[in-house]
Amino acid sequence: MTGSSSNDRESDGSKQDWLDNRLPVRRFLSAQFRHFPMPRSANMLWTVGAMLSAVLVLMLLSGLVLAMNYTPTVAGAFASIEAIERRVPSGWLMRSMHMAGASLFLGALYLHLFRGLYYGSYKKPRELVWLLGLLLLVMTMITAFAGYVLPWGQMSYWGADIAGKALASIPVIGSFAERVFLYGDQPGDGTLHHLFVLHFTLAFAIVAVVGLHVASVHVAGSGNPSGVEPDRKGRLPFSPYFAIKDAFGVAVFAIILAAVMFLFPDLVTEAANYRPANPLRTPTNIEPEWYFLPFYGMLQAIPFKFGGLVASVGAVAVLFFAPWLDTSPVRSAQQRPLIRLSMILLVVSFVALGLAGKHHMEGGWLIIGRCATVFYFFHFLVVLPLVSRRENAALEDAS
Amino acid sequence: MKVKSVLPALTVALFSVSSMQAQTLPDHDHAPPQHWSFEGPLGNFDLAAVQRGYVVYEQVCSSCHGMKHVQFRDLEGMGLDAEAVKSIASGYQIQDGRDLSGALKYRHGLPDDEFPTPVRPAGVPKGMLPPDQSRLTVVYPGGPDRVYALLTGYGPAPAGVAVSSGQFYNRFAQGRQIAMKPPLRDGEVHYADGTPATVEQEARDVTTFLAWVAQPHLVARHRTGVRVLVYLLCLAILLFILKRRIWSNVE
Repeated sequence: MTGSSSNDRESDGSKQDWLDNRLPVRRFLSAQFRHFPMPRSANMLWTVGAMLSAVLVLMLLSGLVLAMNYTPTVAGAFASIEAIERRVPSGWLMRSMHMAGASLFLGALYLHLFRGLYYGSYKKPRELVWLLGLLLLVMTMITAFAGYVLPWGQMSYWGADIAGKALASIPVIGSFAERVFLYGDQPGDGTLHHLFVLHFTLAFAIVAVVGLHVASVHVAGSGNPSGVEPDRKGRLPFSPYFAIKDAFGVAVFAIILAAVMFLFPDLVTEAANYRPANPLRTPTNIEPEWYFLPFYGMLQAIPFKFGGLVASVGAVAVLFFAPWLDTSPVRSAQQRPLIRLSMILLVVSFVALGLAGKHHMEGGWLIIGRCATVFYFFHFLVVLPLVSRRENAALEDAS
Repeated sequence: MKVKSVLPALTVALFSVSSMQAQTLPDHDHAPPQHWSFEGPLGNFDLAAVQRGYVVYEQVCSSCHGMKHVQFRDLEGMGLDAEAVKSIASGYQIQDGRDLSGALKYRHGLPDDEFPTPVRPAGVPKGMLPPDQSRLTVVYPGGPDRVYALLTGYGPAPAGVAVSSGQFYNRFAQGRQIAMKPPLRDGEVHYADGTPATVEQEARDVTTFLAWVAQPHLVARHRTGVRVLVYLLCLAILLFILKRRIWSNVE
């Protein structure tokens, strides 16, 4: 943070400065959200961060109302959700906001992540921005999973069961990890109770990490689509130019959220989860929420369970190494035709993996799923290092 | 903008969401699609039909099926006043502990009680558990169309099809057999509003009631949604105009 700045005209002595002299709130806001210079060519993809912040606030508020009416026990969880939906004033509103919000949160997060990958936002000097962002992705995924178990419907129960079995497949510490996660031999009271605490605590931890993420963006400044810094088109203060752009982006996001939560809730809800959990009856079709399907696909694409677990955890882990796998100083895929092609194929593989996961890798989907898994890692472990090496060599020749 | 070419792919990923209802199991006839007022993003409930459907539930279904997440006072949502709810509740026997000899005690229902699940319904074979109806039209594969088809789909088994004892032939049931005896008959209930109580009418009304009970706030959700969307659309248009105006200084 740059703290006070000399061009801050408002800090001339006046009554308003009482607070500012004791706690520089206004100076901070003015420097970070008013005069903060933004690259002029940042496009609408640069507003996704604002959308994510807005939906995070909505999730916290609706989540608080839900938590106040929720009972984290096997006997009471499902009934308390029914009571929220039927009798708690505006409970149905809070719950549909929380459910649709969670889905769109992950959707926007994937878009934000893709933006970062495509335009090389992970490169020097923004490595820490990238790492904190990925930490947020992991925390959000854990929070989303824990939240999905809480209603204690059929999918909640069997989702927890599958997660427990996946953990159990880890060599040596597997059964210990499963018992720690489930608090017993099968999902039960202990599981619910500690997933509830985890869900609640992580939600606020996410807010803290978002603070660090934004703070680190404000040290290096935002990148731009061309990847050439400083932006050739120049810079503009955040307010009003980018504040209004963010506001418009958030409004568009709100329209999508409202359409999903009020008019098309079936897109983000699973009918089977309105059946109470029944440990004696395995559903015919267990599958996670759509945002976990690509990773669920990888879990199934590998013929043995531990391999599947390594692949799906590795798919997120490999992202952490992106700044060191891609050492080329050229940032944006706009200027790297090979990377651009590979990025498009990466997105295609990610979507294909999701579809394959949804179809349980049956028939042709197994081949598609395996090819997509291989390509996903091929992009990060082979394409990125090789293309960077070629680009680095070319740059050395030129100089 | 090159990024736009991959956005449709992401959109597909976003909206290809699973649904158990889409999965049809082969060994029963496909329920013909009905027209329901509550279908679609702007669906609405005909509360008169919901109330008629409740009469069918009370006089027919509730002898075997409970609704353990629905309280009597929830019926106020279908247009009943507190007095009517109280009198409906008092018509149900609620299990309330045991007496000194250990026998179950019963009392009249109160508005805060849930619809009771009959402990040992008459005519239901031992080990059979009639499903709870709180969310039936949501969780039952095939949804309201199949519930309606099932209620009206009884008939004699075609030649060569053996129906096991205690089962009834119904071409919409799983395996084309069902343990529930044909629940509805012409004139089975008496409608206060004079609607003729044919089997089709009863089935249609009770399905509407079950759909309402599964999503009691559907109408409020749709109505709020339209208002919120109109507001947000106006807001987005104004913000867009403002953005154009602010950026006109620099472009």
